[in-house]
Amino acid sequence: MPHKTFFWFILPSVVAMILFIALPIASVVIQSVYVEHERVLVEVENCGPFGCSTEVRVDTEATEQLRSEQPLGRFNGLGTYLNRAHLAVEEVGTIVSTSASIGEALTRIYNLPFYKAFLFTLIYCFVVTPLGIMLGFTIALAVNTIPRLLKGPVIFFSLLPMIITPLIGSLILYWMFSSNGILGATLQTLFNDPTLTLRQSPALTWITLLVYGVWTAAPFSFVVFYAGLQTVPGDTLESAMIDGASRWERVRFVIIPHLAPLATFVGLVQLMDNFRVFEPIVGFSSEASATSLSWLVFNDLVGQDSQAFGSAAATSVITILGVVILLTPVLIRTWRDFNAKGA
Amino acid sequence: MIGFKTTVPAVLGAAALITLTAGVALADCGIESGSVRILSNDFEALRIVNSMAEECASDSVTVTANATAEHKNIQGPALTIDPAEYTVAVVANNSIVSLLNEGLIRPLDDLVAEYGDSLRPNQLISVDGKVMAIAFMANSQHMFYRSDILEQAGVDVPTSYEEVLAAAQAIRDAGLMEYPLAAADKPGWDLAAEFVNMYLGTGDDFFVPGSAELAIDNENGLATLEMMRAMTEFMDPDYLTFDANVLNQEWDAGNVAIMTQWGSLAGAATGENANPEIAANTAFAAAPTFHGGSTPAVALWWDGFTIAKNISDEDAAASFQAMVHGASPQTVAANPNVATWLVEGYEPGPAAVGVIATANGGARAYPMQPYMGLLHTALSTELAEFMAGQEDAEQALADVKAAYSTAAREAGFL
Repeated sequence: MPHKTFFWFILPSVVAMILFIALPIASVVIQSVYVEHERVLVEVENCGPFGCSTEVRVDTEATEQLRSEQPLGRFNGLGTYLNRAHLAVEEVGTIVSTSASIGEALTRIYNLPFYKAFLFTLIYCFVVTPLGIMLGFTIALAVNTIPRLLKGPVIFFSLLPMIITPLIGSLILYWMFSSNGILGATLQTLFNDPTLTLRQSPALTWITLLVYGVWTAAPFSFVVFYAGLQTVPGDTLESAMIDGASRWERVRFVIIPHLAPLATFVGLVQLMDNFRVFEPIVGFSSEASATSLSWLVFNDLVGQDSQAFGSAAATSVITILGVVILLTPVLIRTWRDFNAKGA
Repeated sequence: MIGFKTTVPAVLGAAALITLTAGVALADCGIESGSVRILSNDFEALRIVNSMAEECASDSVTVTANATAEHKNIQGPALTIDPAEYTVAVVANNSIVSLLNEGLIRPLDDLVAEYGDSLRPNQLISVDGKVMAIAFMANSQHMFYRSDILEQAGVDVPTSYEEVLAAAQAIRDAGLMEYPLAAADKPGWDLAAEFVNMYLGTGDDFFVPGSAELAIDNENGLATLEMMRAMTEFMDPDYLTFDANVLNQEWDAGNVAIMTQWGSLAGAATGENANPEIAANTAFAAAPTFHGGSTPAVALWWDGFTIAKNISDEDAAASFQAMVHGASPQTVAANPNVATWLVEGYEPGPAAVGVIATANGGARAYPMQPYMGLLHTALSTELAEFMAGQEDAEQALADVKAAYSTAAREAGFL
């Protein structure tokens, strides 16, 4: 394709990507290095139905003037990134220098909001992604072998987790796991422990979230692998059978190598999806035991009084960097495959 | 305010009633023309005020109302644009703060002088000498107790939280109930409000006077947390999932003997839809005192309306008149048991005794400092681990202080 044709061909995509991806990211990066102006405070007399009192108020005119002079706010450099709500450099330093053991230091670091969210996000990513892919692959293999008549209904049921809105899906599971719900009550009876509830037990909360994650991630892998299975060459399979390969050997030595490039693609998409885990945290009201990076951003933007844009922007930038780091190995692999094919 | 929620059947019934009456009588509110657009929280009393205001609609006056629990998140952006999306924001003493901070509402002195004859002086909320809001109802949490259970256990009605613990022990020892207490300890707004209430009872301030510096990491702060934890000994193990609405359900099921609950839900606990056996033995008293304090350990709240700044004077006048009509003595006379009204002509009913006793006991109002919301947010996220028993009180207070200071610095208060 001549360069000029190629240019016109991809121009709409490039414009869309600049408008909807590059510019918002640039704006988030800029916002993350600013914080709000200092509020000009004045003491005033307030009166209401319960009497009068002298209280502090924001002098809106003076604050407004500061804002109109510098609409972005005060330049804060990397201050927001390093404060307690994010990387907490100072706090981590203190913890490391004052803790008696590594275990104690880790526990105290885990108490910091960012690290608590980060740890859960990472674990969610690395548990849910492989398990979801494996489950999806298993379902695909199973569906591929069942009689034609049953395929339709089975596919529909397998896709159900993807059709249900994540928030609704997690709420349904949450109610089932609450102490009056069928699963929660059963668990309490099984373990004979009336305090085993989602609220009381962080371990149970984590397990439920991970199970939910696998349940909701599997259908995507299933769809892709099922489509891939239709392209497995019949000749190769037949010759493998003639050579005496068992069903497991056929899967291991013919199907899996054939689907490997697809697995890379599914892994890439799922990693990105799982790194931005958010809905189940809200659905399961698991804020006390498990939070995620996306939940931190949400929490900053729905504060009681004001929205902390700087803080939310800093968390977003850290999330973007996290996704880039996570995807690097997969991207390098794809690049190598591409070059190998070219050569 | 989150505390105001009512049971669905009661709300539906009231709403149906209001739609009927509103359909029949279109009142003359004396408004010539203008557009009235109301944004409010979503509970029964406010819906009634809204629909009364909607009666003012005529050929030249349009009145619309949006009652939503998300009002606090909507009001800032909606009133910032010019012209504002809503002309009226119905607020409480916490949600008015962000509007004041950003200068989004207008002084009402002229409007009060012109159209506010029916208002009582204590309805006027003034800031720095200027009337910024008109309050029409009061609310607070206060004590609900089961007179039959207390009698069987042989204890008097507790007046302090220390006595509440003793009474709970007596009820448990008498074999009447295993978990006689309940509180709205759900992490989030409710849990933070519990801390604020209890700490107010100590008489201490939340902040160093005149600054945004937090002052709760003291002996009283620790005592507050210890008491909140001590009470959970006598609560259902699921206490961390209980918010104000669940409390009323538990109460109605006869599972609780003593709790501190919203006055706006007192009517529902004793009304027609309540369990008659429980309702007959339900009694109300002022919120208990705490830690040797002399005033009830609870915050007083008012709900009222404000008028947006970024609208035309004509719309502002129309909005003010419509809202005065919405919260008029006629509204109150027709709905005496829905709220503790501050409006002229209100005769307190049996469900209002708790709020009135609490106010008469000298309880303090929920603080209106510009940075109080940041503290409430910090409390709502940082106390969860302590209440679940995974953290000690010192660590919890240190976390609250650190989270608050980070947020306050970023918002430009520190």
